[in-house]
Amino acid sequence: MLRDITLGQYYPADSLLHKLDPRVKLFGTMIYIISLFLFDNLWGILWITLSLVAVIRMSKVPFSFMIRGLRSIVILLLVAGVFNLFLTPGEKLASFWILTITKEGVKNATLMTIRMVYLIIGTSIMTLTTTPNQLTDGLEKSLHGLTKLNVPVHEIAMMMSIALRFIPILIEETDKIMKAQMARGADFESGNIFQKAKNMVPLLVPLFVSAFRRAYDLAQAMEARCYHGGEGRTKMKPLQYVSRDRNAYLLILAFFVIVIVLKVVF
Amino acid sequence: MALELRDITYKYSAGTAYEITALDHINVTFPDGEFIGIIGHTGSGKSTLVQHLNGLIKATSGEIIYNGQNIYDPNYSMKELRTQVGMVFQYPEHQLFETTVYDDVAFGPKNQGLDDKDVALRTYEALEAVGFPQELCDVSPFELSGGQKRRVAIAGVMAMKPAVLILDEPTAGLDPMGRDEILNMLKETHERTGNTVILVSHSMEDVANYADRIVVIDKGQIKYNDTPKKVFQHYKDLEAMGLAAPQVTYFMNDLKKAGMPVSTDATTVQEARDEILKLMGRK
Amino acid sequence: MSFIEAKNLVHEYFRRDEDDNVVDVLTAVDNVDLHVEAGQFISILGHNGSGKSTLAKHLNVLLTPSSGSLFIDGKDASDEKNTLKIRQNAGMVFQNPDNQIIASVVEEDVAFGPENIGVPTDEIWERVEKSLKAVGMWDYREHSPNKLSGGQKQRVAIAGVMAMEPKCIVLDEPTAMLDPDGRKEVLDAVHELNKKKGVTIILITHYMEEVVGSDYVFVMDKGSVVMQGTPREIFSDVETLKAHRLDVPQITELAYELKKSGVDLPDGILTRQELLEALRYLDEN
Repeated sequence: MLRDITLGQYYPADSLLHKLDPRVKLFGTMIYIISLFLFDNLWGILWITLSLVAVIRMSKVPFSFMIRGLRSIVILLLVAGVFNLFLTPGEKLASFWILTITKEGVKNATLMTIRMVYLIIGTSIMTLTTTPNQLTDGLEKSLHGLTKLNVPVHEIAMMMSIALRFIPILIEETDKIMKAQMARGADFESGNIFQKAKNMVPLLVPLFVSAFRRAYDLAQAMEARCYHGGEGRTKMKPLQYVSRDRNAYLLILAFFVIVIVLKVVF
Repeated sequence: MALELRDITYKYSAGTAYEITALDHINVTFPDGEFIGIIGHTGSGKSTLVQHLNGLIKATSGEIIYNGQNIYDPNYSMKELRTQVGMVFQYPEHQLFETTVYDDVAFGPKNQGLDDKDVALRTYEALEAVGFPQELCDVSPFELSGGQKRRVAIAGVMAMKPAVLILDEPTAGLDPMGRDEILNMLKETHERTGNTVILVSHSMEDVANYADRIVVIDKGQIKYNDTPKKVFQHYKDLEAMGLAAPQVTYFMNDLKKAGMPVSTDATTVQEARDEILKLMGRK
Repeated sequence: MSFIEAKNLVHEYFRRDEDDNVVDVLTAVDNVDLHVEAGQFISILGHNGSGKSTLAKHLNVLLTPSSGSLFIDGKDASDEKNTLKIRQNAGMVFQNPDNQIIASVVEEDVAFGPENIGVPTDEIWERVEKSLKAVGMWDYREHSPNKLSGGQKQRVAIAGVMAMEPKCIVLDEPTAMLDPDGRKEVLDAVHELNKKKGVTIILITHYMEEVVGSDYVFVMDKGSVVMQGTPREIFSDVETLKAHRLDVPQITELAYELKKSGVDLPDGILTRQELLEALRYLDEN
């Protein structure tokens, strides 16, 4: 059933990683992604793998949760792997029919697969250890500088957190409207793609109407509680760096330096 | 001919650690032509139960027999069942989607595969039954008042001419007069066409005033299935389930406790009035 | 001066065509005088579309008068400079519990109001604790609002308003979407705030049972105040109430029916106890 979907895959646990400031985790994830695309040799892989394992252990999140995200990209991985394997020109290793496997192809396919898998695992660690609210707070604070360039950072963060709050409500509503229309003989399953799209109208129109009504109500409720934009707002849970966050920044930098050194030296 | 539930059990997330039994071995028959009230606390399973009746939810175990046929039979047409057993959800106005009132009400009959003439006939008939003015048929349903939208949405289900009409709290959010108008309309249609009406409600007064029979559900099980008079005699049991009896039933019990020789089975204002007048007249 | 003072308050909605010409004027609030003292529990009754919600939205300056005057806590509601101050002093709770909770955690939602008016962090925590305890929702502070019942959500919404430390709370049909339990929870919480904290309450409703405990009742129809008085005075006039698409509690209705049939009962009976005593008195004499 639709309502069984849980959104935001936060895994509550009491770990150092959970306690870190979301800005540190955002920065760390960014550095990690850059590193993934920088390394191109065995030493690099080893170093990143070692660091990743350490972070996984630190997070106290079961490993099975992290690889859940991989399931959805298995096909993508296979296709990209096969293309890299067969279509990279270079030193011939084996060939049959019209397909040729080259040494470079093997290397590219391996690197690409490792990068994708590590990317998914790494970003999962961030979303598993950070609540959606912390994440938006972290983004708002990290990107605060952009306000000077007239980017409405506060408003974007506010919209993100409201969207997160309303997604489960709208999913439940979709379920309800679908059932109500099925009770009137609506058919959401059969027919070709055009008929299917047309059959969605009785579901989509009420859903949009409801979303607009909720948005209007919510805007009014926010105004009634004195909301007038980000100006002069205080925070119940302001983000504040503590010593472990500073140490984490240092570790992240050290990790990055080693990645660069490994790339340059070998 | 009837709608019969045999040993129906329904579990959410069956087979996982989060398994919740919403309906627990339900056995009940809804005979043709009755006006039945279903009452139960929020979360008692009453909404889950009624969604079984037209196949929107499939039971984990047990069977449902409609007019002698098992609806879980692989050859049974669910679409056909849904035209026979109509369902009005809570806040049904939230499902309106067409550009005109007429088109919205006609959606159900069209899905039944009727020709244009029959669709028009049923649409106008349903709109008349709910007391919706014909001259507003080409108006967008989104421009109507809350009460009017509710009527149009109910008409959308009635236009399919279901033999069994289920309504999940059709009066939620309406003002007192709006509530009476909807319930009177249901009663009137029931008497005129002899359809079965299954009314899910939070209001003890409403089911007492309109239903021939009351089914009480608690924790996924049927606790009572009897006339309002008999069910509301168990008001203490009902309270333990988070329900109650109509205020007048409590009052008749107050009178009896105060030593007045009255019968305590009144469930409507009229019955209570007559009983008290009898008492006063005898003096 | 009284806490809320409205004189000849009018609110008109304009419907315009594509060229911005007015094609239709709807007078939602028509010449209303309202007078509320600090600390009172006031109910405004009316059927759907009677104008009671439009009136309520003026008390929070979500709408401003088309003509006439409205003063709240001595401040002119038509003057834009007062808007935020009035909103803080006269908080508002709405009908749909889902559409007024902003945050994904209960305590963060209660903090939303204080954050907007720039309360320092330490004090926000104090206020959140005090407000959640006042409505009996402290144990749920770390829950997601999605997992709460309707009555609980409305109590969180009330706490969210309380955290701004208002003198008055306006509740616009707070129980219309709740089950009987939820309605009782919310009403009990509101009565408690009125009695223990002295908060002025304006309850907008069409459930007759809910106005029984109020100090004074205004009945609205077609944008005007058509009846006003104590609940007993209002419920004495069953005929007029019915003419305005309203109803009376079942016990009042029973007393009214008995009276019509010739039983000599006083007007405006509100509770089972009152009716029992009145009948007993007749029985003994």
